[in-house]
Amino acid sequence: MFAVFAIGAVATAAFTITRKNPVASAMSLVAHFFMLTGLYLTLQAQFVAAVQVLVYAGAIMVLVVFVIMLLNVGKESTSLNRRGLQTTLGALMGVLLVVLISTVIIARPTGRMDLSPKALEIGTAEAIGQSLFTTYLFPFEAVSLLLLAALIGSVILAKRHIQEG
Amino acid sequence: MLPTSIPLDYYLILSAVLFAIGVVGVVTRRNAIIIFMSIELMLNAVNLSMVAFSAFSGDIAGQMFVFFIMAVAAAEAAVGLAIVLALFRNKQTVYVDEINIMKW
Repeated sequence: MFAVFAIGAVATAAFTITRKNPVASAMSLVAHFFMLTGLYLTLQAQFVAAVQVLVYAGAIMVLVVFVIMLLNVGKESTSLNRRGLQTTLGALMGVLLVVLISTVIIARPTGRMDLSPKALEIGTAEAIGQSLFTTYLFPFEAVSLLLLAALIGSVILAKRHIQEG
Repeated sequence: MLPTSIPLDYYLILSAVLFAIGVVGVVTRRNAIIIFMSIELMLNAVNLSMVAFSAFSGDIAGQMFVFFIMAVAAAEAAVGLAIVLALFRNKQTVYVDEINIMKW
């Protein structure tokens, strides 16, 4: 199961950054989020998996697709100088990053081979809710404030559009 | 049924690969919306390693952090896309190399 979802996740992620058409990119990103949901399920994190589908594949991607439709951007034209160089250097940097991180992980293995016996119980909505409203109550309130600020910020950014346009 | 015995290191390397793909997307693409999606890719790569650590060490803190990251990502998505809209309104483009008003 892990291999299927891992290969799927890497493939859809690569698809996302290589498609010229933004809508194709967005669709493969949705597929990527579902692959990650599968990976979370292999880790017994049921509630995180559910929230991943709801928040990412649902809310955030609707927003992204909506903006793509609204702006009506077409295929990305490969114009301008230095495009080839930029892509090559970027890919090289990515490979370097993977090699670097993998070297560290392989050199100092964590030695953990199996899920913790508690993995099944900490992934449930019950355990997460209990923790969220006791230990993490303050961050929870802070996040609600952050979301409010983001809400007001985006409304203001969008409202100016109507007045000026 | 606790499936598999996939070592934690596999999840970490997968997470590193996904993060690197996100980085490559940010540095090579011109379309601001796709750069934005690449940032989401990177956030999700980190989320994956956090959930993996959480499940392997039996500590709920990692999964709590993932929730807060998701909330911040949602806020970031709303504001970021609003900025892209505002940018498009002013410059009629979403290509980041054509937006150079802050270039000295």
